[in-house]
This record gives sequence, C-alpha cells and structure tokens, in this order.
Amino acid sequence: MLVVTAISIVRVRKLFGVVMLSGVFSLLSALLFVSFDAVDVAFTEAAVGAGISTVLMLGTIALTARTEKKPSHSSILPLIVVTITGAVLVYGTLDMPNFGAADAPIHTHVAPEYFSRTPVEIDVPNIVTAILGSYRGYDTLGETAVVFTAGIGVVLLISGLGRRRKRKKTDVEKA
Amino acid sequence: MMEHHLILRVITKILIAPILIFAFYVQFHGDYSPGGGFQAGIIFAVGFILYGLVFGLRPTKKVLPEWVVHKFMALGVLIFAGTGVAGLMMGGNFLDYSVLAETPQKGQHLGLLLIEFGVGTTVAAVMISIFYAFASRPPRISDEDW
Repeated sequence: MLVVTAISIVRVRKLFGVVMLSGVFSLLSALLFVSFDAVDVAFTEAAVGAGISTVLMLGTIALTARTEKKPSHSSILPLIVVTITGAVLVYGTLDMPNFGAADAPIHTHVAPEYFSRTPVEIDVPNIVTAILGSYRGYDTLGETAVVFTAGIGVVLLISGLGRRRKRKKTDVEKA
Repeated sequence: MMEHHLILRVITKILIAPILIFAFYVQFHGDYSPGGGFQAGIIFAVGFILYGLVFGLRPTKKVLPEWVVHKFMALGVLIFAGTGVAGLMMGGNFLDYSVLAETPQKGQHLGLLLIEFGVGTTVAAVMISIFYAFASRPPRISDEDW
C-alpha cells in the first residue's frame, strides 16, 4: 500500500491530491511503525506527518499555485539514478540480520545497557523517554534548538515580508 | 472564513477540549506511556490550528496573540537549558538531573518532566506561529478553485 501511495503521489498533478496522499502515506507508515512495536515513533509520525505537515502544505498551496508545472526536461536520467540507488539499497539489506533476530547488532551494542541501567538510575517505565531526555539530553536540547530556529526563520521570512509589502502599499497610497 | 459550515463548527467545538486535554496527558504521562514533549506540543498546536481553520484567524489570535506565541517559543528552550544549568548550579554536570532532588531517581523524574515541558512549549509555539505566518498572508487562489 505504501508503494501504491508513493507511485500515485508521483503521478497525480493536482497538488491538493498530492498533499492528501502524502498524509495517507504518513498514516500508513505510522501503522507500519506500530507493527514494529515502535509506538513512540508511530505517534510522532501520525501527529507530525499526517497532521501538521498536511495543514502546512495546504497553507503553502493557498499561497502559491494549485497544480504542478509540467517537467521541462525528460525524466529518464533521474529514473536511472533512482533505480541504481534503490538496487544498491536492496543489495545492502541482503547483509542485514533477519527481522527480529536477537543477535542483531542493534540489540547487542548499547541497548542492553540502557535496559539494565534505566530501572536503577532513572526509574521511569518508558525507556524511550529516559534515553531521549537523560542519556541523550544534549541531542534533545539540540533538536529543540533546531525547532526554535526553524520557527524563528519562518516567522522572520514570511511575516517580515508581509509587513514590508504593507508598508510599501501605504507609501504608494501616500504618494 | 467559513461561516456556513455548521457541522464543522459544532464538531470542532466538541473536539477542541479533548484534544487539549489529550495533549497534556501525552505531555505529563510521557514517562509512563508513549509520548513526550514533541508529540504533546504538536497535539496542543493542532487544537489551536483546528480552531483557526474553522473559525478564522482573528478569533484565534484574540485567544492567543502572536507576540505571546513568539515569547513561548524562546521560553521552551530556556526551560530546557535552564534545567541543565540548574543541575550545573547544584553540583552536577550540565543536563545531569540526578542532583535536582533528594534521590537521584527523583531528580531524574523532575528533570525529565521539566525538559519535556520545555520541548512541548517550544514545539507547540513554533507550530502555531508557523501556522499564523502562513495563514495571515492573503491567499493567491480563491476558495472555489480547490
């Protein structure tokens, strides 16, 4: 279903449909994360991907145009690049351990340490929160700063432009 | 904006309170169940954005003026960093919450609660202000064109 949605996102020309389909895509991948037992990630994907970004995309469409432009050059070269990259990635997955294998590197490196230390040192049931907030506190602080910077950037770019245009208009009216 | 959608307006009014309460649940229950500051901030922002979409931007800005949102954006980062500095002041490392309360575990609980609150504040404020920034500009295409 993810593949079908992705293909239709590429094929549909009306941007309203594209935005709705990408919301569907996010929701489907959230379901995929749930079936992988990654509930925190699924939660974020559903809230951010399917919820907020759909609304923001619609807002962007309202400010720009409703349909995609016709591509100006042929799409054969990008198709070749994408196919080769995809083939390499699929080849890479052949070396990966089986899904759910207990001896996969991700389960033998730092994860056991987090699992054994969290109940003793932090004593919260949700280990994801403990890792994000405590063991990886700097990362999360950095992420928050990134969100903050992004917000400031958008506010400066978009709101500032609007104000300048308004000022120009009043100047014209005065003249 | 959309004065004629009676059903939308009624449903929105019913939905907004549960959305905001759910956001707080996700925020402060993040230690025990899936969730945390990022998700809670988004859900909280969605409550206001939904209101803004259905009832228009002006009533939303009356409830939550733009300058307040901008202040909260910075306040969240300050809460997060301030928690780190508080740990520094009380004799630990930066962002080491074990020293914040009598036992290390209680300190960690308090620290996690505070930083998640900081994250949630920033995320919600950023999302709402991005929505304000997009929605306050006059749209290029009219409602019928969709």
